[in-house]
Amino acid sequence: MLLVPCPNCGPRNSADLRYGGESHARPDPATASPHEWRAYLYLRHNPAGWLRETWYCRSGCRRWFALERNTATNEFRDPPLPGDKRGGAA
Amino acid sequence: MARSLGQLRHRPPRYSAAALAWRGLRGHTWPRVWRDPELKTSYDAVVVGGGVHGLATAYYLARNHDITDVAVLDKAYLGSGGSGRNTAIIRANYLTPAGVAFYGRSLQLYNSMAVDLNINVMFSERGHLTLAHTDGALRTMRWRAEVNKLGGVDSSVIGPGEIKKIVPSLDTSDRPRYPILGALYHPPGGIVRHDAVVWGYARAADHLGVEMHQRTEVLDVLCSGGEGPGGKGAGGRVTGVRTNRGDISTPVVINCTAGWASLVSAMAGVRLPIVTHPLQAAVTEPVKMFLPAVVVSGSLHVYVSQTSRGELVFGASVDPVATYSVRGSSEFTEELAGHVLQLMPGISQMRLLRQWAGLCDMTPDYSPVMGFTPVEGFLVDVGWGTYGFKAGPVSGEQMAEVVATGRTPELIEPFALSRFNTGNLVGEKGAAAVGH
Ligand SMILES: Cc1cc2nc3c(=O)[nH]c(=O)nc-3n(C[C@H](O)[C@H](O)[C@H](O)COP(=O)(O)OP(=O)(O)OC[C@H]3O[C@@H](n4cnc5c(N)ncnc54)[C@H](O)[C@@H]3O)c2cc1C
Ligand SMILES: [Zn+2]
Repeated sequence: MLLVPCPNCGPRNSADLRYGGESHARPDPATASPHEWRAYLYLRHNPAGWLRETWYCRSGCRRWFALERNTATNEFRDPPLPGDKRGGAA
Repeated sequence: MARSLGQLRHRPPRYSAAALAWRGLRGHTWPRVWRDPELKTSYDAVVVGGGVHGLATAYYLARNHDITDVAVLDKAYLGSGGSGRNTAIIRANYLTPAGVAFYGRSLQLYNSMAVDLNINVMFSERGHLTLAHTDGALRTMRWRAEVNKLGGVDSSVIGPGEIKKIVPSLDTSDRPRYPILGALYHPPGGIVRHDAVVWGYARAADHLGVEMHQRTEVLDVLCSGGEGPGGKGAGGRVTGVRTNRGDISTPVVINCTAGWASLVSAMAGVRLPIVTHPLQAAVTEPVKMFLPAVVVSGSLHVYVSQTSRGELVFGASVDPVATYSVRGSSEFTEELAGHVLQLMPGISQMRLLRQWAGLCDMTPDYSPVMGFTPVEGFLVDVGWGTYGFKAGPVSGEQMAEVVATGRTPELIEPFALSRFNTGNLVGEKGAAAVGH
């Protein structure tokens, strides 16, 4: 079982959340080239290590938030406070 | 071009009943199945990853194209990745014409594999049933059956009566929460002994002069001329690899590392449309044979087959959270048991023996990524997700052709990395998300 530290609800079983995957900046649809847009849609870093990712707390606070998790060990870094855009300090 | 047995580099003993009896009676031991040569500092081609894909690629390079100065490098042991952890389902009943033609060719190669590789791979063509519990699922089955027939693959939609005749232990009544409405029946599908396939390719490649190096991890891909740091990335070309046992120079590196594919590609400055998820499976104690076919249920997220030893092998869809950790979870077993008992209430007293997980390199369209990348000499054979074991033979054959001719064969053109730039995806989710 993976315990996800929701910044609002505290630790919850990952089954209570929806996994949103790797989080990265969305290019501006008005100016992005098709190439940039498709790279945003499909290409992933998929590292074996620290990854900034998004989660949706579907059976708790019903909010999307970002966390940093080590994909090799599944440990989370300090969760950010609500409204915190840094995604957690090391 | 194909090499005959007479041209083998060194003559290993053949496997046969006579040889078994002879050696058994005289007390002769069998020699090592493949050699353990010194690692050289240069090869014509380096294959990264000693699973079925890497080994088959090396084998066909030597057998079909006479390219034998090839090293297969694996950071652990041969078959330590998905190739030693899968549930060994072989089938060709995919959804797209490109998928049907591709997996159909692999099925052909599996049919002659025992003879080609001189090893008993225990391919059991026992039939494959994909159950439909909803009208929507039934519609997809009809669609698949028609695409399959057009591609020369034997598939048809059958009703609950016929299903019950093939697999009497299934509950085909209207009692369950999701009654069985019909199934896609694919008679040539079946299961194989996955370890024998891996060892068979390794042994045959070794006999033709290919070298296998275990516990040899690729730490970096050496490039020059590319736009990125270290000469990597688009416009560059491969010059070699750095390993934990030293540098190797080579003009061709083939990435066959499945779950680790993104990491090895990043070493060459190539990004992939891949996310790594674990897939779990479980096996029960052995019982008398009662399940004659492979049974898949998309709606219930489970599939099951019975090995020739009598164990039931279960699997499901990938774990939802991306990770490189292969730890099993109790959620998986609980959910699995609940769903399997919906299908076969009669097995509620059976005990699970083992549960395990392997890494799957998932692509957005459930189709692989094969062939050239923006870095010259750096080729990929990845994106095998939960369905790539059955594709080992055809992928090896086709990737060897890419290396030998410098061109992409028609059969794998649809799977090029460039499709994610043009948007021509090959959507196989409907045929590969649960049934692997
Ligand atoms: C539980 C489970 C069930 C499955 N069921 C089926 C099924 O029924 N049918 C089907 O067709 N498919 C199935 N699959 C999928 C199938 O197992 C894989 O797609 C397939 O085995 C991939 O083979 P491969 O040779 O590409 O990679 P792998 O067998 O994963 O081999 C990759 C190798 O690369 C090595 N490696 C990684 N990084 C490095 C490095 N830096 N340097 C050197 N070596 C490295 C690893 O050690 C590994 O041995 C299943 C998978 C799982 C996990
Ligand atoms: Zn919450």
